[in-house]
This record gives sequence, structure tokens and C-alpha cells, in this order.
Amino acid sequence: MTELLDSLRYDRWAIQALLLIPFAGALVVALAPARFAKGLALAVSLIEFIVSLGLWISYDPAGPPMQFMGVEPWIPAWGISYRVGIDGISLMMVLLTTFLMPLSVLGSWAGITTRQRGFYAMLLALTTGMIGVFVALDLFFFYVMWEVMLIPMYFIIGIWGGQRRLYAAIKFFIYTMAGSLLMLVAILYLYFAAGQASGGQHSFALDHIMRFALVGGKPAAWLFVAFFLAFAIKVPMVPFHTWLPDAHVEAPTAGSVILAGVLLKMGTYGFIRFAVPLFPHVAFSPTTVNVVVTLSLIGIIYGALVAMVQPDLKKLVAYSSVSHLGFVMLGIWALNEQSTQGAMMVMINHGISTGALFFLVGMIYERRHSRMIEDFGGIARTVPLFSAVLTIVALSSIGLPATNGFVGEFLVLVGSFRAYPWATALATTAVIAAAAYLLWALKRMLYGNITKQENRELTDLTGREYAVMVPLLVMIVWLGLYPKPVLERMGPSVRSYLETVQERRAGPEQVVTPPTE
Amino acid sequence: MNLDLANGRDLVLALLPELILSVWAMLLLLHAAWRHKEPDAQRQVGWLSLVGIIIAAGSVMWLWASGARIEGIATSVAVDKWRWAGSLIVLIGTGLTTVLAIGYLDREDLRIPEFHVMVLFAAIGMLFLVSGSDLFVIFLGLELMSVSVYVLAGINRRSIVSAEAALKYFLLGAFASAFFLYGIALVYGATGSTKLQVITFQAPVTTGSAQLMLLAGIAMLCIGFGFKVAAVPFHQWAPDVYDGAPTPVTAFMAATVKAAAFGAFVRVMLQALGLVHQDWDQVIWWLAAATMVVGNLIALAQRSVKRMLAYSSVAHAGYLLTGLVPGSAAGAAASLFYLLFYTVVTVAAFSVLIAKGRQGEREVTFDDLAGLAQSDRLLAFVMAVSMLSLLGFPGTAGFMGKWYILTSATGGGYPMLAALLVITSVVSAGYYLPIIMAMYMKSRAHERAHEGVQLPGVVRGMLVAATAIILVFGVWPNRALDLAREGSHSFMPSRIVPLATPLAAPLSPHR
Repeated sequence: MTELLDSLRYDRWAIQALLLIPFAGALVVALAPARFAKGLALAVSLIEFIVSLGLWISYDPAGPPMQFMGVEPWIPAWGISYRVGIDGISLMMVLLTTFLMPLSVLGSWAGITTRQRGFYAMLLALTTGMIGVFVALDLFFFYVMWEVMLIPMYFIIGIWGGQRRLYAAIKFFIYTMAGSLLMLVAILYLYFAAGQASGGQHSFALDHIMRFALVGGKPAAWLFVAFFLAFAIKVPMVPFHTWLPDAHVEAPTAGSVILAGVLLKMGTYGFIRFAVPLFPHVAFSPTTVNVVVTLSLIGIIYGALVAMVQPDLKKLVAYSSVSHLGFVMLGIWALNEQSTQGAMMVMINHGISTGALFFLVGMIYERRHSRMIEDFGGIARTVPLFSAVLTIVALSSIGLPATNGFVGEFLVLVGSFRAYPWATALATTAVIAAAAYLLWALKRMLYGNITKQENRELTDLTGREYAVMVPLLVMIVWLGLYPKPVLERMGPSVRSYLETVQERRAGPEQVVTPPTE
Repeated sequence: MNLDLANGRDLVLALLPELILSVWAMLLLLHAAWRHKEPDAQRQVGWLSLVGIIIAAGSVMWLWASGARIEGIATSVAVDKWRWAGSLIVLIGTGLTTVLAIGYLDREDLRIPEFHVMVLFAAIGMLFLVSGSDLFVIFLGLELMSVSVYVLAGINRRSIVSAEAALKYFLLGAFASAFFLYGIALVYGATGSTKLQVITFQAPVTTGSAQLMLLAGIAMLCIGFGFKVAAVPFHQWAPDVYDGAPTPVTAFMAATVKAAAFGAFVRVMLQALGLVHQDWDQVIWWLAAATMVVGNLIALAQRSVKRMLAYSSVAHAGYLLTGLVPGSAAGAAASLFYLLFYTVVTVAAFSVLIAKGRQGEREVTFDDLAGLAQSDRLLAFVMAVSMLSLLGFPGTAGFMGKWYILTSATGGGYPMLAALLVITSVVSAGYYLPIIMAMYMKSRAHERAHEGVQLPGVVRGMLVAATAIILVFGVWPNRALDLAREGSHSFMPSRIVPLATPLAAPLSPHR
């Protein structure tokens, strides 16, 4: 297989193809007759997934840190280039994205009945933006992709969303934009600082900026704040999380799946790729550590507690995301191999489990037009298969051993315990809380006697819905029992990330004056 | 091609675009007077004036390509790339306005062929504005432009708001002109010249009362220009005038007039006063900051699309001023780049507004646009792209422009102003997005809500072209970037050779 890919020179065109296929697909879907929209979108996203599988096969953990590199000058006058590449960390994020896309298309099959062409075109355009964010190695390109992805999501929530979709859409848009625009100024500052330090070589390439923009002192603190805001809003960390329940609840099923599965990870990915390695002095200064660990902890516990009292199943899942992402932040800030690997695993697992939960919520909503837990009760008798699947997915979200959720949370807790024992001890309580809110919700919905007449006639999962759920279930079991291939591929990249951060942190903190042309 | 302005032939060449347009405008005026009663005279004059604009634009491009320049002597008109770039922006804006106006006047039943002639006269004034390298020529250009636009603002004699707009604009404009003129007098008193190239070398060496006079003069000039570009706190006239004037005139004022005034503003500040940058950068800093904050906040509160666009154009003056603050070639290039696309985008946005406003021009509110995407995809798409470009969203030319301005501000050592620019941009999302939201996410008020929407095929074609330009340059801005950079190099002090006028003290870049 590797030979075949080599003979196709897969490493030369892989990323470019992954960026272009969905974009071209979006144009085709938008222009083709409406009745082909679904089918075309499914085909495009499947092709995308198959192409991306090559990354998994031919990525060499022992090879150079960045693979499948592609570099083209874009706006030479400003030192901007199209520069992409993949390491073990972004590999997983790209695969998560391409894995969830065909499922999202298939999951929207029945739910989206109006303006289908627009919907599927937006989904595909979104794919390009998301993959662009994960592969970008040029800060300008990264910023453009980060913003561009907002538009399709804005339309997906705003046009095909629920009752309060307009409010949720604009809130989502403005929160993200507010964070990222300050990051834009910070990026410019780094660009000039690097240009000055390198003797007039202006470039937005990440390695160039890492090498030369050794900003320290007060400017560094401000720059870190700018990056921090952009990423913390996306994660989201408390107190920037208020857009999340609105957006997740109002978005159509596929939108929620992608929001939770991929978009939230852009925030944590941004910390690993940019904010932490660029400013390790600031990121691990006592103040920042206290703030981040406290906020993560609040997120973990607060998310779990709020989830517990939600009457709306979709909202419950949304708040559980706040809790899960808190674990990721804790893992990143513990800064050791186990915790970082764990954080990556939680990112992947959350994408799979929460994605699956949102799909299931969508399926039951299509049948009953309600997501209120109290409207159900005992439906395990009428829809046994649905109930079984929901139970498995919920258990994986709780982090039951032998499911994927366990691996990530366990690694994070073990790693973080070495760095912040007290905080970790507190975070552990949220695992119990997670069990409480999900199991309690399951009990009220699935088990016991049927309390409502309407629930007697529910139909069980259809073939199409199986097609959506089975891949997710396979992943849940596979990653729970045998996560080694994933950990193996991430390992070297995680280690080199940690080395970079430690090295830069050990280096002297330079104080530079504001750059001028 | 070296031009010697003492030579008659060279003088004609140097003023070719202005002369072509002047002669053309006079002829058209005669034509309009001759056939005034005939119903399609308006359309005829409109198309003919478009031909004149295209010929003038051709002459500008020819002069640019032939590398025309004057070396060594301070002259009253500049022959440099800044002028060519500025002239092209003016002519593009004027051409688009004319195309818009033809259909609009038809629909509103305003049989006034002179409308197009007045637009041409305003364009001639603007050409002088961007080409003048003597404060008096700039003043003359400013007046020619302003007087024509006063008339245009009030051209709909049946409308009271239009008359009010014209009067308001005239009174306040006259006031601003007086400030400007007084500023010229003070600068002349301090430096002994009104020629920009002479002021360059005299300004840094003024001392004592002459220096005070110079500072006062700079302040007056800033007020005069601030009024024309509608910078806060000299913006009070703008919303009412923009609202009251016929919509094509509003588009003309918000885009082209602003662009021309800015072209002159940048030239005066950089070419004449570039060496005393530290005397004025704080003034412009505060003007820019106030304009961005106030413009955006008030725009947020508008329900009428036209008024929203009026205030948003105030906000954009603030972004443009930010490019001026660093006093660098990069900043000038950024402003030029921004102006080009701002002009195109603004005209596109206003054309959608014109299409939506039915005869008699009922006010178009945000809610009137609800569900437009279902009725007229093209129009909604154009409007959405325009809004995103005004917002400065990646993928549109507006983003590249804003980015360029941010670069020049951060690189020039004004990161705070850059931060303010992005924060106010976030605020602007609060009024640009609801338009997209109304068009795509709300449903029509009733089945026939958009029945009156009609747009001549030519305008449709123009809108498609404008949208394509916005998107293409949003991804590959390289060509336009190079041109803007070339244009801004006109102000490099090394290019200017000092005059015979003896200097009082040895030169130094900063006092």
C-alpha cells in the first residue's frame, strides 16, 4: 500500500487535494440540480475521506516532523505563502474531520428538506476551511482559513437552525470574530518583530517566526493575551463559553456534530500549535498557569453540573462539551507527555462520542419533534436498537474502560496529577458527575415504563441511520481497546512539541522594543 | 517621457485627462441644452458622458504607461503615479455612478440630462484634486467638485429632503472651504509658498511664530479635508445629506468624492508635510480613532439601509485615516489600495439599494430586504459579498485593504490604533451581518415583497464584474498591490529636488 502511494507521489499532492476536493465539490453541488445535491455531497465527502486515509498509511512517525509539505508563494510582497504540512498532531485532526464529514452528510439526509444545494455546498466549503486550519504553517494562511470557515457555519446555523437560529448565528459569528481579530494584530506584530530580528526578512512562515520573533516582557504578555482570547473563545473556556449552548442547540444536527467534533478542537489545536510554543514564558508564568488551570477546572465542574440540570437533551450534550474541553486544557497545561497525549486523545474521542450523541439526538428529534427528556420514558421497549446504541455512546462519553473515552481522560488525569495534584483531584469529581448526568438522562428516557402515548409508535433505526452510527461505534470500541496505532503516530510529534516548548522556556526571556519598519 | 511644463505641448499632455473631460463636458452641456425637451435625451447624454470618461481613463493609462514625469522643478500639477492611480479610481467611480444614474433617473422620471454633465464637472474637479501639487490648484479642484456635488444633491426639485440635503451640504461645505483657504494662507505665511515641493523643505526649518503659524495652518487644512472625507467630529452633515440626496449621488459622495478628497489629503500630508510628521501624527491619530469609534457605533443603531451605509462610510474614513497616521509610503499605498476597492464595493452596495427602492424612493429598511435571496439570487449575492468586503472578511478585497492598513499601522509603530481598528471592525459586524441575515435567513414578508425589484441588464453586468473583482483581488491582490506601491513611491523625498529658493538652515529629516 505504501509503495502504491509512493508511486502516485501521494505526499506531493495529498494536502492540496484535500483542500481542493471539497471546495470544488461545493461549487459543483451549488450548481448542479437540487435533486443530486445529497448524493454528490456524499460522494465528494467519501472521496475526501478515502484520499485522507493515505495520510494515515503513509505518515511516518520516525520521519521528519512536518510531512506532506506544500509551499507556494502567494503574496510575495508581504512575505505571505501558501505553506502546509502535517505532523502527528494535525494528522489526527485532519482524519477526524474527514471521518465526520460523510457521516454528517448522511446524517442530514432526512433532516434537511429546504434549500438542499446551499446546505451541502456550505458543508463542503466548511470542510476546506477546517482542513486548512489544521494544515496551515503560515500564520496568514492560518488566519484566513480560521475566518473563512465562519461563513459556512454562520449560514448553516442561520438558515437551517432551530427557533432562535438568528440570535445563535450572529452570536457565534461575533464571538469568534472578536477573538480572532486581535490575534490578527498580534500576528502582524510578530511578523515585524521577526522581520527586524532576522535583518529584514519578512515572512509569515511559522518556523521563521518561531525562530526569530523572540518577543519577551510586556509585549509578549499582550500578544499571548490576543492569541489566548482567540483560542479560548473557540475551545470554549469559561467565561467565554456562552455562545456554545446557543450555537449547538440551534444548529441542525450536522452543524452541531461539526461544531462539537471539529470546530471546538481548533481552539485547543491553536494552543498546541501556536500560542504555547510561541510564548512559553508567558504561558507557563505562575499567573497564567493559575488562571488557565482555574478556568479549566471551573469549566470541567461547571459544565458537568449545568449539564445535570438540563431538561433538553441537546443542551445537556452541549454543556458536557464544556466539561470535556476543560480536560483538554488541563492536559495541555500540565505539559508532560502523558497529559499531552491524553489531551489529544480526548480531542479525538470527544469528536467521536459527542458527534455520535448529537446524531442520536437528531434522530430522535426527527421522530418526535422534541428533545425534552421528560417527553420520553421507557422507549427502550419501542426502539431497542436506538436505545442500545445511545447507551454505548453515552458510556463512552462518560469514559467507561474499554471505550475510547476512558483512554483520553485517564491519560490526562495521570499526567496532570504530576503537575497539579489538587486540581486533578477536583477534576476527577467531574468524571463522576458525567456518569450521573448521562446515566440519569438515560434512565429517564430509555428505561422504565412507557409514560407517553406518542412514544409507542416510534420506529427504530433505519438502514441509513445504521450507516451513520456503525462507523462511530467501531471507532469507539477500536480506540477503547487498541489506541496504540494512534498514540504511536502522535508520540514523536508530541515529544518534539514538548521539547520545543521546554527549550524555548529555558532560553533567556528577551525584551524587545516594539518593531518599526 | 520627460515633460517640461513651460512648453505648451507638454503642458497639454500633462493635463490631457482633465482637458479631454472638460471639452467633453462643455460639448455635452450644449447637447443637453439643445435637446432638453426630448425624453430620451437624459439617456443619450448619460451614455455619451460614459464614453468621455472611458476616453479620459484611456489617456490616464497611456500617460501612466509612457512613464510621463516632470523632474527638477516645483510645478502646480504633479505628474506622478499617485496621480494616475488616484485619477483612475476617480474615473472608475464616476463611470459606475453614471451607469447607475441612467437607470435611476429613468425610473424616477427625472428628465435632467444636465445631471450627467454635473457629474463630469465634479469628476474634473476630482482629477485636479488628486493631481494638484499646489495648494491653490487643490483648492480649485475641491471647489469645482463641491459646487457640482451641491447641485447634484439637490437635483430632485420635487423632493424636500433632497433640497434640505443640498442646502445643508452647501452651507457647511462653504464653511469648511473657508477653513481650508485660511489654512492655505497660514501655511503660505509660514513657508512662503503654496507649492507642495517647496513647503516640504521649508516646513521643517520654520521657527518661532512662523512655526506656530504652520501648525495652525496644518490644523485648518486637516479640518477642511476632515469635512470632505466626513471624519468625526466634522461628519455631522454626512448622514442627513447622504440620506436626502438621490441614491446615485449618495453613492458618488460616499465613494468617489471621498476617494478624491483622500487622494489630495494624503498628498498634502506626505508630500508637503511629510518631514514634520511628528507635528501632525497625533492629530490624525485622534481623528482616526474618533471616526472609527463614533462612525461604527452610530451605524449600529440605524434601521434604514441608506443611513447605515452613510455612517459606515464615516467609519471607513476612519480606517483610511489610520493608513495616513504613520506618514509612510506603506501607509499611503495601503490607503490607495483600500480606496480602489472601497469605491467599487460602495457603488455595488448602493446599486442594490437602488434596485430595491421603488419609484418615489421609499426608505429601505433592513426588514425590507428579508428573503431577497429567494427572489433575486444575484442581487442578494452581490449585496452579501459587498457587506463582507466592507466588514473586511478574508476572501474579499476589503480584507486585503484592511490588512494592508493594519500592516502599515503596526509597522509604523501604532499597534494601539491597529487594535482599535480591529475592535471597531467587530462592532461593524453588528450592522453588516443583519443585512445578510435578512436576505438569506428571514423569509419574505409576503409573496410579492420583491416584485418591484428591477435592474437594467447593464447594471446587472456591472455588478457581476464588480463582485468578481472584489473576490478575485481578495485572493490574489498582487497586481493591485504593486500598483499601489508604485503610486505611493511618488512621495519619497529623495525624488524631489529642492528648488532655487534658498533654505534658511541645513536640512534634517526631523527637527
